Amino acid sequence: MSWKMYKPLFIFLVVIILVPVITSLTGSNFYLTQFTMTAYYVLTALGLCMLMGYAGQVSVGQAGFFCIGGYTAAFLTTMNLTSYASSPIVQFLSSAGLLVNGENIYNEKVLFLCPWASFFAAILLSVFIAYFLGIPILKLKGHYLVMATMSFGVVIDVIIRGTRMLGGADGLSNVPAFELVPGVRVGGEIQDRVLNYFIAWTIVTLGLLVLIHLIHSRVGRGLRSLHDNEEGSNAMGVDTARYKLNAFILSAVFSAVAGVFLTHFNGSIGPGEASVMKSVRYVSIVAVGGMSNIWGTLMIGAVLIFLSLRGVFGNYDDAVFGAILILVLLFAPDGLLKKQCGIMIRKLRNDRINKTDS
Amino acid sequence: MNTEMLVQLFFSGLTYGSIYVVVAIGFNIIYNSTGIINFAQGELVMVGGMLAYTLNAFLPLWASIPIAVLSTALIGSFIEFTFIRSLNKVGLIPLNILMLGAVLLICSLLLPDKTEIPCLFPAVAGGTAVIALMALNLAWRFSPSFRERFMKKARPDVLQMIVVTIGLSIIIKEVALHIWGEQVKTLPFFTGNETSSISLLGAHFSPQILWVLGLTGLVVIALSLFFKYTLAGQSMRACADTTEGASLCGINPQIAINLSFALSAGIGALGGCIIAPLTQIQYSMGTELAIKGFTVAIFGGFGNSTGALLGGLILGILESFAIVIFPEAYKNIITIGILLLVLFIRPSGLLGAKKSRTAREF
Repeated sequence: MSWKMYKPLFIFLVVIILVPVITSLTGSNFYLTQFTMTAYYVLTALGLCMLMGYAGQVSVGQAGFFCIGGYTAAFLTTMNLTSYASSPIVQFLSSAGLLVNGENIYNEKVLFLCPWASFFAAILLSVFIAYFLGIPILKLKGHYLVMATMSFGVVIDVIIRGTRMLGGADGLSNVPAFELVPGVRVGGEIQDRVLNYFIAWTIVTLGLLVLIHLIHSRVGRGLRSLHDNEEGSNAMGVDTARYKLNAFILSAVFSAVAGVFLTHFNGSIGPGEASVMKSVRYVSIVAVGGMSNIWGTLMIGAVLIFLSLRGVFGNYDDAVFGAILILVLLFAPDGLLKKQCGIMIRKLRNDRINKTDS
Repeated sequence: MNTEMLVQLFFSGLTYGSIYVVVAIGFNIIYNSTGIINFAQGELVMVGGMLAYTLNAFLPLWASIPIAVLSTALIGSFIEFTFIRSLNKVGLIPLNILMLGAVLLICSLLLPDKTEIPCLFPAVAGGTAVIALMALNLAWRFSPSFRERFMKKARPDVLQMIVVTIGLSIIIKEVALHIWGEQVKTLPFFTGNETSSISLLGAHFSPQILWVLGLTGLVVIALSLFFKYTLAGQSMRACADTTEGASLCGINPQIAINLSFALSAGIGALGGCIIAPLTQIQYSMGTELAIKGFTVAIFGGFGNSTGALLGGLILGILESFAIVIFPEAYKNIITIGILLLVLFIRPSGLLGAKKSRTAREF
């Protein structure tokens, strides 16, 4: 399609390719680990951006979906099936080629579910939960929607912390690497660092492509009309309930994918990922990025999350996000980038008009 | 289960329920006058308890609690003045306060090792603050275009207000963490001590429970009298009805809204003080309290104090009996289950009118 639509994507890709070049030239390749983690968090924020900015539905439970993805993957791939090897289900799975033989750090034999199978299980589970949660929850508006999604996040948090099978407060660790195709693995090994960086940002790029096409399609226009005026768009023939539900499910899938990959990359997941603060952080990134602006969310998210992961904000990590949230809403309610871009565009246009006049 | 245990659980449920009632009433007061929900309400409860704890170090208990309540009320009114009002139009004084806060935050981020040179932090932060504030005030005084930047034409929407109060709750929590640390704090019992107990039908409970129940009842009665018979209460109700109409009758809606924030913060702080001896207080308790209080407020019908009283007590009792069946770790799920059920089945609540669901959405 048009060049205008893809131009930011090309700039983004150039930046993504330049970053490892710069880090390897300056000998600071260790930054790539945080850049990789940033990519997955940004993916969650992008899903939320579509839901909040385009469909106009707030969700303060996005960390819940992130954890549903991450914990499902971690749980299924760390469950040792060796002792159940004779049961019919395990035999069926192994005859379907869904099981992997391996060795743990104690050199014991372990038999676990193949990461691809657990990946699809995680996605299916998050779609399922989003579907049945979304039907009642998306009828709510305003404060009620915020509170209901926030409570969903709290429920996930409580369940994870309270269930011993999911590791409780310790979380799950020793998650094996995810072999996408032979030789390409999502995992924490140091020789795979550059590879993992590109895998992560490729996934983000795919997500961006999905979002760009969605936004510029009939569905995207429907979603935007929904954001502006729900009754109006309903009257114009948009199936608002279905659009909202699909947007909700899509954002849940984005979070779950991010959760699965980050868990495999880190080799572990903990209950800290499910806390309400994480969800609030995603909301604040989308708000600062300008609500209905995927490029703003991408840029702000990448910068803020990277700085936060590098520990720049120190003990004030959460406070910084809270302060940014308040200051942006008070002084630039349309988001930081949107306003500045708007001013710049207006200036350019005025300059051109002045030139043609003279 | 014997009678003893029933009575015991019933009273512990009533105690927790009264705290939820206090938080829910705080939500209701602000909701009634402005139509927004203050997500920082739970944090104000925590701040009230913490302030009373600090004051109690050098003041008797009967003096430290009223001072804590009053200062939390001041904090509430400060929050309205600085943040909520600024959503419409940013004035010079809130702008100065925000600038000062931003300078302090940035300085504490950039100067993490404050111990090396003793006066580095106050000197740098103070100097930067003075320069920044002077620049700001001069720009405000002499540049009309700078001033115009802070006039907003569009009315703030619900989403913005929600996000601002969520941001506030994070900031209050973080500030409390830096002031009071991570440990749980407690206040002395109002009468007796940890071991003194009252017996009823074979069950034993602390006399503090009577204080909690009595003071909560007193707050509910005093509030309903305040809203009915005093001029300030009547003007607040008028503003809740129609802001324009009230201002035509000579009521300043800004003052009424400010008063409602102060009132709800003060009531929340009182709740924090009376519950502190029983449950202890910690910097992170706010979110949970806010969710519970919100559940109660919705359960009873938003903006309805009688409903909140009823809903809070029911929720508290349900929760304390749920411990018998479910593991303790899942206790919160009961509340949230109730919240979701009420939201799906009857969003207007037990006693709320049908219209209250949509009436105040703007």
